[in-house]
Amino acid sequence: MTAGVIGRVGRRVGRACVEGVRAWYVVTLAVTGLVSLLAGPLLLAAAVFGPDESRPFAPGGPLILAVPMGPVALWALCWATGGGGRAVGAALFAPGALAVMATHLYGGAPPAGRVGALWLAPSLVVLALFGTRWIAAESRRVVGQWSGRPLPVPYRRPVDAAGPWQRLRSGGWLTDPATWRDLAWALLTGFAVLLTAAVVLLTPVALEVFGRNGPFFPLFIVYGMGFYVAPLAALWAAPPVLRMHEKAARALLGPSRQTELARQVSHLARTRADTIDAGAAELRRIERDLHDGAQARLVALGMLLTVAEQVKHDPDALGPLLAEARTSSVKALSELRDLVRGIHPPVLADRGLADAVEATALDLPLPVTFTGGLPGRAPAPVESAAYFAVSELLANVVKHAGASHVWIEIGHSGGLLRISITDDGRGGADPSRGTGLSGTERRLAAFDGVLAISSPSGGPTIVNLEIPCALSSPKTSSSSGTG
Amino acid sequence: MRVVIAEDLFLLRDGLTRLLEASGMKVTAAVENGEQLLAAVAADRPDIAVVDVRLPPSFTDEGLRAALAARQAHPGLPVLVLSQFVEQLYARELLAGSTGGIGYLLKDRVLDGAQFIDAVQRVAQGGTAMDPEVITRLLTHNSSAGPVSTLSPRERQVLALMAEGRSNAAIAQQLVITERAVAKHTASIFVRLDLQPSDDDNRRVLAVLAYLNNS
Repeated sequence: MTAGVIGRVGRRVGRACVEGVRAWYVVTLAVTGLVSLLAGPLLLAAAVFGPDESRPFAPGGPLILAVPMGPVALWALCWATGGGGRAVGAALFAPGALAVMATHLYGGAPPAGRVGALWLAPSLVVLALFGTRWIAAESRRVVGQWSGRPLPVPYRRPVDAAGPWQRLRSGGWLTDPATWRDLAWALLTGFAVLLTAAVVLLTPVALEVFGRNGPFFPLFIVYGMGFYVAPLAALWAAPPVLRMHEKAARALLGPSRQTELARQVSHLARTRADTIDAGAAELRRIERDLHDGAQARLVALGMLLTVAEQVKHDPDALGPLLAEARTSSVKALSELRDLVRGIHPPVLADRGLADAVEATALDLPLPVTFTGGLPGRAPAPVESAAYFAVSELLANVVKHAGASHVWIEIGHSGGLLRISITDDGRGGADPSRGTGLSGTERRLAAFDGVLAISSPSGGPTIVNLEIPCALSSPKTSSSSGTG
Repeated sequence: MRVVIAEDLFLLRDGLTRLLEASGMKVTAAVENGEQLLAAVAADRPDIAVVDVRLPPSFTDEGLRAALAARQAHPGLPVLVLSQFVEQLYARELLAGSTGGIGYLLKDRVLDGAQFIDAVQRVAQGGTAMDPEVITRLLTHNSSAGPVSTLSPRERQVLALMAEGRSNAAIAQQLVITERAVAKHTASIFVRLDLQPSDDDNRRVLAVLAYLNNS
């Protein structure tokens, strides 16, 4: 029992430390970004307003040494939090940090003379812009990794099949609004950290100015006590800070509302085109089936009856003709039945999706375990799409999987209709190869539905199908209906 | 024999009435929806009810539900359900807890008058009439694995006819073999499927259907 308690406490402390390191990384990222962003303007200001002569070497306290350490710390933390090769990006900030330090060390005089500084400043600005892009990418990566919910990348796609000149004209990343949002992000986080640091560091100064015995004295005591528990306070503050950081990152670094709408519009246009194509193909198939099937049978039937009319006084000839006519009508009926099943299965109309899927499962030439059910009816188009998707998947199982058992589960939760089909066949199903699976995927996409396939070679294959929809309340029983 | 018909299409209702009356049955009521069917069954106490699956007002499985309700109100009432489509799911529901007197046929079967009348009579006497299409699908479902796959082609034919509800004599006539040969086949089938042999035709059918349905 003691071991359990210790283990629990240990895990808590461990988690707190991890959050602390993460918060520290986020802070370092922000500060370093801000420093390198300020480097260019600072150098420019030094070149214009700075004194001619640099003052003698005068390090202004140990704080300035932390500035060039920023990129190094960033590299180390990036590497430690799983950045790997991306940690190299931290090198982008080194020139800016060094320039800031140099300006300070020269007492505000331009480090490379006025002309040198004027030449240097623009390249530092460009470098800082690259740096903000790197910071944005890194923030997106860590937020996605830490929260388990990836943050979509909002950049405009480069124009396909265009030369460098066209690409430049169509606007590289400089005209992409997402780049400027990245910049806003770097400035915002940088200033947020700077402000916090200023409040913490300048409080003693303020107290000194306003007098120790003034009304702010109790605050001073709190501040002094706070200093002792600072490491613990940092750990305590880390989780809410990270949560705020994530929220802000999703707002600024994710796709803007406009980009999101544009993405949705293109998605809708594509699925609408697919739906129209599928509908037209389906109509052509029905027309062909009717033309070659039932219609032809009825023509034959009419001809047989005409012949029968001509020989109506000859019973010997009439008998076989009428028998043939009957056979023809039976065949026409059976063809119509098959056609209707393919358009909208009667059991789907009668009973809804769960029973229709179960009925299909009953017709499979292998054992099926069916579980679950739906508390109501899904909208008719969704029912139909889901039914045909399941039929297609089950047909695939029969044709390709070589399975000996199939499990079907159907349910509705969280506004999603979920159907899962598992078989113990040979696996290796790949939607990118078969046209059937990708066709099913496209048809579901019209309803914002998704198809997830897990099919390692050797099986088992698990197909999960999800369609967002609301269920209507179950139909009232027949007794309450009025004839 | 007294019959109640429930069918919403006038032409078919009329045709069925004529067909049944031509073979000496008396149609006491021909109604067009489920509620009227329940009322007619309660009033006339027929020997059999012939019911279409799709009936107003919902045009879904109204007839099936009415048939099941009628059987619940009058246990043992023979019911023959007709449909444009046959579904195993519905066959299973009709057979659930059944003691016989159940039929489930495609409407097409009406075209073969003699066979249809035979089915009506069989069901009215407490027998069973399952559409061959239902049986074919049941057999396909069981074909790949299990004891059914060990049956010989002839035995599968016999099993299919037996499941439809035919007696040994009818099976012999259909397959052009002797009744003794049929009896031999059925005995062998019952051993293979591990079922209790029975002389009663109907119990035999129900056992086979239950076996096919549950596997």
